[in-house]
Amino acid sequence: MKRILISDPTLRDGNHAVMHQLSANQITVYCRAADQAGLPIVEVGHGNGLAASSLQLGMSLMSDKEMLQTARKNLSRSKLGVFIIPGFGTIKRDLVPAIQIGADVVRVGSHCTEADTTARHLACAREHGKNAYGNLMMCHMADAKTLLTESKKMQSYGAEGVVLMDSAGAFLPQDVKERFEVLSQGLDIPVGLHAHNNLGMAVANSIAAVEAGATILDGTARGFGAGAGNTQLEVLVPVLAKMGYETNIDLYKVLDLSDIAEKQVLKTAPIVRPGSIVSGLAGVVSTFSCHVHRISVQYGVDSRDVLFELGKRKVVAGQEDIIIEVAMEMAMKRETAAAAL
Amino acid sequence: MSKKLKIAIIGSGNIGTDLLIKIQRSALLECSLFIGRNPDSLGLARAQEVGVPFSAAGIQAIIDRPELCSLVFDATSADEHVKHYSILRDLGKQVIDMTPSNLGAMAIPAINLDQLTTEQNVNMVSCGGQASTPLAYAIAQTHEGVEYYEVVSSISSLSAGPATRGNLDEYIDTTETALRKFTGCANTKAILILNPAKPSIHMQTTVSAKVATADLDRLRPVVDQMVKTIQSYVPGYQMIVPPVYEHNRIVMMVRVTGLGDFLPSYAGNLDIINCAAIATAEHFAVRQAKIEQA
Repeated sequence: MKRILISDPTLRDGNHAVMHQLSANQITVYCRAADQAGLPIVEVGHGNGLAASSLQLGMSLMSDKEMLQTARKNLSRSKLGVFIIPGFGTIKRDLVPAIQIGADVVRVGSHCTEADTTARHLACAREHGKNAYGNLMMCHMADAKTLLTESKKMQSYGAEGVVLMDSAGAFLPQDVKERFEVLSQGLDIPVGLHAHNNLGMAVANSIAAVEAGATILDGTARGFGAGAGNTQLEVLVPVLAKMGYETNIDLYKVLDLSDIAEKQVLKTAPIVRPGSIVSGLAGVVSTFSCHVHRISVQYGVDSRDVLFELGKRKVVAGQEDIIIEVAMEMAMKRETAAAAL
Repeated sequence: MSKKLKIAIIGSGNIGTDLLIKIQRSALLECSLFIGRNPDSLGLARAQEVGVPFSAAGIQAIIDRPELCSLVFDATSADEHVKHYSILRDLGKQVIDMTPSNLGAMAIPAINLDQLTTEQNVNMVSCGGQASTPLAYAIAQTHEGVEYYEVVSSISSLSAGPATRGNLDEYIDTTETALRKFTGCANTKAILILNPAKPSIHMQTTVSAKVATADLDRLRPVVDQMVKTIQSYVPGYQMIVPPVYEHNRIVMMVRVTGLGDFLPSYAGNLDIINCAAIATAEHFAVRQAKIEQA
């Protein structure tokens, strides 16, 4: 039976959904339940990873250190995972301290065409004897061939696996299939998918990835994650079982985990709202949702227009500052047009 | 006309080669030696083309012929600079460091040129540092009690060479240090994002300051004056979102269009740090000329 490694970023991607306000109590409750359920990896932190607490993306309620210490205390079987994007987090200030607190798994992310920025951070994780994975973000913006080239770079830096992130939830199953067929053929290391549900495709895309050779999948309780959320963990696990894949996760326990999450961690369970649908169609990072809504109201412009314009400009993860520029430009154009009448 | 200040450039990548081209236009500076390590690099070919003496021997070229220059632009990498500086210091050369090594005295021409003339090693901080620090400084001059400064720069992927990509941690560290130094605020953050969009995006930098109340009427003229000062040495520096107050923060955004010397105009990041370095070197040249006259 083919094994699929499930990694659970509920407490990292889900942090986007609550503007990075996850508390020590929520982290404690969730980690205990995830550990009980046998989740292999529990990823914890600010939505954009280590050192990403910022005005740009939202300030965390807890520091990275506090979040990781809290999680560490409450995980015994599950490994503790961290996410770091070079350009946000540095080795000395952020990664090494996280490893010292007890991170077991380090995911190093870059935009899907910029893998060479991850070399030093991946090497650092390996030198400390930790599991190191490369995450390529916004993968709908690159074709299979480019993704293979970038993944090979990560492989050469010591990544033990490469995870494609569909950060905008823009993929359809066919897009996933094309990319994973090329990647699983061309790499010596496992490949995985981190899906978002903007177009209601997260589970379907995860299955398409597995059928094309992926062996790592990310899933979150109730889909708790940025925008429309991620692949719903408690759906993914039984669907994989039904298809004959092994995850080593107990069905009842993962179902219970999702109930615990809904009661004690999530403010509201994510649903596919219009803003997320447009962000998926426009190919804009799911994390932009809250900010686009807020800023569009401030400038009196249609948030859907703002999202499509951001998509045209091909903004990447972390470029939330451009939202103000776009909204302001639209408001000015409207005023000019009104004045001309 | 007074003698030009003789300059060696070490590092034949994007930064070094662009400096070479900019120096050709300067009335005060002359590139007397252009140094790389790869004999086949585009940079060395460019030096040959414009008739500047060049070498592929690295720092050894200066050790062999120290009399050829009085000032050195180090456009290698942060690690290399540490090694280079210990050699150049002993040779008595003044150095303008283009890497985010965080070693020498930090230079932001719009703020502190006059305080630097006696420094032997001057550091140009980073592209984002050059774009943002003067604006943060303007906020600091007009506001009490700013809790935190944050700077986000987006640059085109094509404008970031291998040294830049390998030095993201140093970029963050150095930019944050400069923000602390020039604003006096202990709490700062720098973020750098590479964007591969085609056509390439121009460099953009957003400066945010977390502050309980904002006095934008007081801030705007100070910022406008600062922008004018920067434009005097970086012609493509442009405010695209003037100061606004949003979500308990002051925010403003600039775009830097490059002069298109070595890389096309999208590479404002390359241009701003190089223009700042040229302005610094010209300031040194003027001072040197005054000393010689006296």
